[in-house]
Amino acid sequence: MSKEPVAVVGIGQTKHVAARRDVSIAGLVREAARRALDDAELDWADVDAVVIGKAPDFFEGVMMPELYLADALGAVGKPMLRVHTAGSVGGSTALVAASLVAARVHGTVLTLAFEKQSESNAMWGLSLPIPFQQPLLAGAGGFFAPHVRAYMRRSGAPDTVGSLVAFKDRRNALKNPYAHLHEHDITLDKVQASPMLWDPIRYSETCPSSDGACAMVLTDRAGAARAPRPPAWMHGGAMRSEPTLFAGKDCVSPRAGKDCAADVYRQAGISDPRREIDAVEMYVPFSWYEPMWLENLGFADEGEGWKLTEAGVTELDGDLPVDMSGGVLSTNPIGASGMIRFAEAALQVRGQAGAHQVDGARRVLGHAYGGGSQFFSMWLVGSEPPG
Amino acid sequence: MPEVLTAPLVVEFPFTRSLGPVQSAFLTGLRERAVLGVRTADGRTLVPPVEYDPVTAEEIRDLVHVGVTGTVTTWAWNHAPRRGQPLDTPFAWVLVRLDGADTALLHALDAPGPEAVHTGMRVRVRWAEERSGAITDIACFEPDDGDESQVTVHAGEFEDPVAGIVAAARLDYTYSPGRAQTAFITALADRKLVGERCPSCHKVYVPPRGACPTCGLATSEQVEVGPCGTVTTFCIVNIKAKNLDIEVPYVYAHIALDGADLALHGRIGGIPYDQVRMGLRVEAVWTDGTRYPDHYRPTGEPDADYDTYKELL
Amino acid sequence: MTREIAVVAFAQTDHRQSMAELSEVEMLMPVLHEVLDRTGLKTADIDFTCSGSSDYLAGRAFSFTLALDGVGAWPPISESHVEMDGAWALYEAWVKLRTGDADTALVYSYGKSTPGPLRDVLTRQLDPYYVAPLWPDSVALAALQAQALIDAGDTDEPALAAVGARSRGADSAGQGDYVVRPLRTGDCPPVGDGAAAVILAAGERARELCERPAWIRGIDHRIEAHALGVRDLTDSPSTRLAAEKAGLFQQPVDTAELHAPFSSQEVVLRKALGLDDSVRVNPSGGALVANPVMAAGLIRVGEAAARIHRGESDRALAHATSGPCLQQNLVAVLEGDAR
Repeated sequence: MSKEPVAVVGIGQTKHVAARRDVSIAGLVREAARRALDDAELDWADVDAVVIGKAPDFFEGVMMPELYLADALGAVGKPMLRVHTAGSVGGSTALVAASLVAARVHGTVLTLAFEKQSESNAMWGLSLPIPFQQPLLAGAGGFFAPHVRAYMRRSGAPDTVGSLVAFKDRRNALKNPYAHLHEHDITLDKVQASPMLWDPIRYSETCPSSDGACAMVLTDRAGAARAPRPPAWMHGGAMRSEPTLFAGKDCVSPRAGKDCAADVYRQAGISDPRREIDAVEMYVPFSWYEPMWLENLGFADEGEGWKLTEAGVTELDGDLPVDMSGGVLSTNPIGASGMIRFAEAALQVRGQAGAHQVDGARRVLGHAYGGGSQFFSMWLVGSEPPG
Repeated sequence: MPEVLTAPLVVEFPFTRSLGPVQSAFLTGLRERAVLGVRTADGRTLVPPVEYDPVTAEEIRDLVHVGVTGTVTTWAWNHAPRRGQPLDTPFAWVLVRLDGADTALLHALDAPGPEAVHTGMRVRVRWAEERSGAITDIACFEPDDGDESQVTVHAGEFEDPVAGIVAAARLDYTYSPGRAQTAFITALADRKLVGERCPSCHKVYVPPRGACPTCGLATSEQVEVGPCGTVTTFCIVNIKAKNLDIEVPYVYAHIALDGADLALHGRIGGIPYDQVRMGLRVEAVWTDGTRYPDHYRPTGEPDADYDTYKELL
Repeated sequence: MTREIAVVAFAQTDHRQSMAELSEVEMLMPVLHEVLDRTGLKTADIDFTCSGSSDYLAGRAFSFTLALDGVGAWPPISESHVEMDGAWALYEAWVKLRTGDADTALVYSYGKSTPGPLRDVLTRQLDPYYVAPLWPDSVALAALQAQALIDAGDTDEPALAAVGARSRGADSAGQGDYVVRPLRTGDCPPVGDGAAAVILAAGERARELCERPAWIRGIDHRIEAHALGVRDLTDSPSTRLAAEKAGLFQQPVDTAELHAPFSSQEVVLRKALGLDDSVRVNPSGGALVANPVMAAGLIRVGEAAARIHRGESDRALAHATSGPCLQQNLVAVLEGDAR
């Protein structure tokens, strides 16, 4: 028996900011969930199950916070699952929720991911003083910057490519009312003049630390038929994992990412992603990851991704827009960041993306990754039902 | 095999929690010696006041002022208080339904002994002398034989409301790195870098993790690697990392030690930061009082060819 | 017609043994090897992998990424993780198999409860505004529930002692001193480290891999309100609802593996599930004998399945719990083919 088609009929997110001092953790997630339900014109009683995701519990200092959040999310008396797959968690959470619908276990599922980073400090959470270990020699950017250098060496990309991505994403963010960073006076010169933090990564090529939540309502064919607005249909979804560090690991273009994309394309019947996919919302926490992922996801041959960026192909009005929302570079509530990518893909094919809408977007890829570039989750959504 | 290492691991942070309107009103009320509840659409009064109705999931905001006396609905005698708990002498944990409330609040009851406590007993709030707008503004409950206190509607408005709390949390763990890492750490004391080889794919992992991550097999054959190696990739760090006494800029590099099948991380010294390059040959430099090599410095050998290390980035 | 899915193999650590000298991956790996060996499968034969664990037990963020080293995730695997007891990882895997995207799944979970002060660590699960700042430990909360049961006439201290004694196969005289009254040492679980793993398979694949698969006839989980003061602590409506959805009440079971870390919680669960004396409850000893947090729920499913594999049960119930005073509960109904 084939799977039940899965439709996204509601999307909600908070205005992402550095610190939401006006709400509790429950208040934050509630805001996104309520907006998703309103978008779908549904109420708490219409939801059969809740699937929630976030990054490490130490970020808020609440162990398994879904227990405390059950009331706020209308989950009392319902099934509630909590996913945690590092940075990819927002994407994985949506995929687990989608499986519940695809397997016909439930008809309508609320899925949500969040991070309230202002409750603590992400670097504290990531660098607890584990005894005997060599102290971290650099912050998060220091972990990724050597991989960027390896990419530059391998591809021969000019060192300006990263700034082009940052400039584009920050301009896209100006069109997205929910984005955290709204740098109205951004210029390419400003990006290129920003301090080099972890050479080759500049300050303006890094992501902010945000408070925020994102929610979606996923449903079956019957639910989609009742939806007040056009649904986004899931055409493919997959997760892949590989070990954190291992002999022969390709940190520039991890095989788990390639395999994950290939699985999604196979499900969606895509043979030429560059031609058949209209836009990509990918997880780019440091600007150089745009050309790296363009190659990893099969939009460009190895060593050629930066050429798409440089040629303006990934601009909002380009041939393959990337990170229309402004991306992780403009908004990063870590646990929610993956789901925001998935939600943006769905917004695009629903034609609901407002000022950052890509005209005629019919098939859009949402992408998330995490850990040491080891966990990948992706989905491809379309404006038409699958099949 | 050396005895497995252990060491204390303290996980401690003062979390800054914003409250939202209902929780703010409740905690500010405690500061002002008032207990507020919240009324649901069907007329129940929830104390402590929650933001969302646990039955209907509706957002609830109608605050009411409830009593500071109430009735114990269940209890448990705690003869050995633990760190952070409300009292440091033996006490009873209690759920108390305050007068005017339909639900119960968890706190401590100061009583001489378990014989003095029973379900249904009447208790009263004992306020903390110093109050800041936190659940600990209630020092505890104490037995009470007075009348029921009054319940009134309350706007929940106070001057200078509490917007947030700082919730300090400390947990003390005893950390053990396990067998494989203990062997590695022990060897460091002799200034040796000892990895482990996978019995199946024969790759050498340093530091060893006890498992070959691609084969999923236990590793045990020990292999000394280094002390020389090749810089495979790196970045130049221009911002000072917290708790690290290293002058910026400095180079943080991936170093493939000779004999190892993946790179480890280290700082490069003994060469101007802007002259470090991929392929640079380096060796470990140890200093007194540190467990790990302090840094790696150039050996003076010719740079390694890219093809020899491109799999080890 | 939905796919039939079964537990085809189960393995767990020897809980009598101290795991102090092992890292999490060193503790987990032999269990993974054992469960694969039972089916003859290799990691590469597994279509989907899902695990459950907690960073708060480990005292470090992203602790599950280290455990993945023991799986041999190369070439890359289709994999997911829940920050929950492994019973919920099994649920996620069951859903995945139901979609038809996978025919086999490896589920594992692990927890080292000894490195941290478990009673205090678990306080971090509580409402961070009103409750966690008071540090009410897990035994204290269970004791409040136990007293509520005693007040309601549902049990008394000798009856609780009998639960502990039956679970341990010991004399009830050894129930020990009060930890938090009314709970005594014998009413409380041991604090220990451990890991467990299960393999699921669908349809004919299950029959190939196991002589007598433990078919999952139904599985469901439900959560309750968080605050203790709004709940009736003497009852477990979420357990009852999950059991109903899992089809428990359609036919009697002969065996029940209940995840009741405290003797008093067995009383609540028996009531919610309508179990009478004809049902063998916790023949494994249950969580009162070994309670590796985050694995103990998956172990209940594994133990129930293993009895079906061995022909010691035909229809069994497995239960897992999470959160303070049974806030969240999962129920699975397992059956063996007629003999």
